[in-house]
Amino acid sequence: MKPALFLLLLAWTVTSAAHAAPSRSGLLAQDGLALRAGSAVRTRFASAVSRDSPHPSQPNNHPTPLTLQRGNGPEPSTLDAHRCPEVACGNILRDLYEGLVAEDARGRLIPGMAERWQVSTDGRVWTFHLRESLRWSNGEALTAGHIVASFRRAFSPATAAPFAVHFDAVDNAALVQRGKLPPERLGISAPDPRTIVFRLSRSAALPQLLLLPIGYPVYLPALREFGPQHTRPGHLVSNGAYRLRAWTPQASLTLERNNRYRDRAPIGRINFLVTEDAASELQRFQAGDLHITETVPPQALPQLRKRFGTQLRISPYLGTMWLGLNLTRPPLRGNVALREALSLAVDRDKLTRYITGLGETPAYGVVPPGVADYRPALLPWAKATQVQRERLARQRYQQAGYSQASPLQIELRYNTSTPHRRMNLAIAAMWREVLGARVTLRNEEWKVFVGNRAQRVITQAFRGGWIADVNDPRNFLANFESGSVTNWSGVDDPQFDALLRAADNASSPELRGRGLQRAETRLLAQHAVIPIYFYTSKHLVRPEVEGFEANALDHHASRFLRFGGVGR
Amino acid sequence: MSANGIAAKAAPTVRLWVARVAEAVVTLWLLATLCFFLLRAAPGGPFDAEKSAPPEVQAAIDAQYHFDQPLLSQYGHWLGDVLRGDLGPSFQYPDYSVNELIAASLPVSLVNGGLALLLALGIGIPLGVWAALRAGRWTDRLLMFGASLGLAMPKFVVAPLLILLFAVTLRWLPAGGWDGGWRSAVLPIIALSLPNLAYCARLTRGSLLEVLGADYLQAARGRGLSEWRLLLAHALKPGLLPVIAWLSPALINVVSGSAVVEQVFGIPGIGRYFVQGALNRDYTLVLGVVLVIGAAIVLINAAIDLLRSYLDPRLRDNL
Repeated sequence: MKPALFLLLLAWTVTSAAHAAPSRSGLLAQDGLALRAGSAVRTRFASAVSRDSPHPSQPNNHPTPLTLQRGNGPEPSTLDAHRCPEVACGNILRDLYEGLVAEDARGRLIPGMAERWQVSTDGRVWTFHLRESLRWSNGEALTAGHIVASFRRAFSPATAAPFAVHFDAVDNAALVQRGKLPPERLGISAPDPRTIVFRLSRSAALPQLLLLPIGYPVYLPALREFGPQHTRPGHLVSNGAYRLRAWTPQASLTLERNNRYRDRAPIGRINFLVTEDAASELQRFQAGDLHITETVPPQALPQLRKRFGTQLRISPYLGTMWLGLNLTRPPLRGNVALREALSLAVDRDKLTRYITGLGETPAYGVVPPGVADYRPALLPWAKATQVQRERLARQRYQQAGYSQASPLQIELRYNTSTPHRRMNLAIAAMWREVLGARVTLRNEEWKVFVGNRAQRVITQAFRGGWIADVNDPRNFLANFESGSVTNWSGVDDPQFDALLRAADNASSPELRGRGLQRAETRLLAQHAVIPIYFYTSKHLVRPEVEGFEANALDHHASRFLRFGGVGR
Repeated sequence: MSANGIAAKAAPTVRLWVARVAEAVVTLWLLATLCFFLLRAAPGGPFDAEKSAPPEVQAAIDAQYHFDQPLLSQYGHWLGDVLRGDLGPSFQYPDYSVNELIAASLPVSLVNGGLALLLALGIGIPLGVWAALRAGRWTDRLLMFGASLGLAMPKFVVAPLLILLFAVTLRWLPAGGWDGGWRSAVLPIIALSLPNLAYCARLTRGSLLEVLGADYLQAARGRGLSEWRLLLAHALKPGLLPVIAWLSPALINVVSGSAVVEQVFGIPGIGRYFVQGALNRDYTLVLGVVLVIGAAIVLINAAIDLLRSYLDPRLRDNL
């Protein structure tokens, strides 16, 4: 091609120019997405999506029909179910495996390997009855013994399973994981080939926990034979609706229907594509190369709606963004009035409307709405107007011993990214405007930031937040237990710990929920965190893909998806 | 040079090459050592994450990767493994060894980078020659303006524009991804080659103009040789020497410095491991990539030196 002609073409496209996004961290699952993403294309290209190719289920560049092309964010770190720590591997493992329980397209619990289960009246013994003739993808029978052996491997210290910590309610789980007891002492047993029994030392939302990838059965013969390479195509044996066919690191992962699974998945082949850059992912969707995107780069919601219509799927997501306050250091240590003043001064409505802008809702509590068996607690002034809040904020600020003459000096720390920078700049401006505080903003690279935040030695106010691993309020609240490794605020409140323990000992889910709500109320009264907003999940889904339902954990197993009209 | 002449030169040349190999080994060792300690000096580690493991579990992980030992002893372990050809496990991608990750990504980068450079040379040199022959006229000015534009546009602007034009609007090519076929390689290769093409054209033009103005060519012109004859027989070879010298940094740049293009197009090349590896503190991956790219630089430089010495006899004694 002649460069002169090419440059002319380029000059033409410059008029609809985009600016690109260099990278996306992938670590903070949702809002750390695009570091610098802009509108990728102007609306005049929007029609590219609607004027579809004649075979809509077949994105234009992929010859194989009936293959679902899914954007999946960054490269999955591992396909070892017990070791998977993040969203990217979780999405793929959900298709490859099935745990004792599963979730339907809307996130409701449904039977998995177990056809039914029951819990003892004290909530301490759970019995799962397996379906008849369960099979591994290689055709071998899958028995209760295999499942128990898989759990023992999951909890052994050498596995270092990231989610094992959530299972400390299971008898001896914490001791086994710390290497203080042999794996055989784990409170999970198989009295017969079709029964699994869990013994707990306190009540827990066990079925929800079993949805985590650590609950999937890993095929140990492959692990013994191939070591770390047991997750490769040809080696990986699983038990879900799909099996692994191909894996090109940093590019794509292909799954195909597992014919030994009891139900036939409507779509025969799934391509999980590495889409590290949200703006590029959007372009790939517009070009017709993707059926589903992992996310949507930050841009104005009305424009997105106009351009994508019903293809844009935004729904509440079990995650809360908050600012943590370090309670172990001045000026925030022992000064509840000051912490409350800082919280009151933040105008959450403005932040969600103008800074995040993709359907996020203002947060006045730590646990988001939509958690099973739970009514979230609220800050006392959640229903007040912002004017009232700001008036109260100034009062508290004075009670805390600060004034215009002797203003608060505080540092606000966050990990480097453009959306975070915008958010923290806005919050700093609110503190400055409402209270007259002097705020220093400090941004750090992710690894440095998480290290500093965990040490609690140099932080004051900092970016925090939590995206639920399981649909359980305790998953949020446990971060503030005095011994928790994620207690970045350094909350050390015996009363809060006692309330958590009381909830743990509750005999029914309702009582447990009420107990946890009391704990959350106590936590909010400490103002150890400033809740800012509840997350949303954001996807683009092509019209021909059916069965993609909103759910709180943003889990979308491919076996519930189908191609409307074309898929068989 | 006659056959005898070459034979006479052989002994010192062999000595020169032995010295060069020794120099290369020492360079690579210094590079790896420096990188090893710099990486360790950076705050944060491969297992620092939002959700940290309990201390006992962390201790088990540390023991597995020798992190519980003094730094010098870790260095010894790592160097020993490297000498045996084992670059270690990746911390971020524990299902793969660094050897496997590099073996999968290097060919992709080499092919893409190599083709991008060939494209740059194949178009850039003729354009440069044409511009030199029409120096000062409007075609020259237009070409050089285009070249400046090509040089000035960063790849993270060019790449999305290419996607917008050829994938989103025209729908000729995929907007990204990698299936090993030629279609997914076209746009990345163009994006990689554009700035190089522009630079190559400018370099060729500048160098050729200088050569065309040299005394010996004025003399040849005086003997009535046509411009084309002059160009092909006398000016092109010396005129291309700067382009040849530039090949080595250019090749290294297209192979290793393509992280942005790889990320925008979703290409499984080696360039992004530099960035990702460093951000994830994936020590072994970064060191592995540094060593492999370091070795490639040494090799490429040697190859380019050979080529230059073939084209320019004056350089032969200074290999």
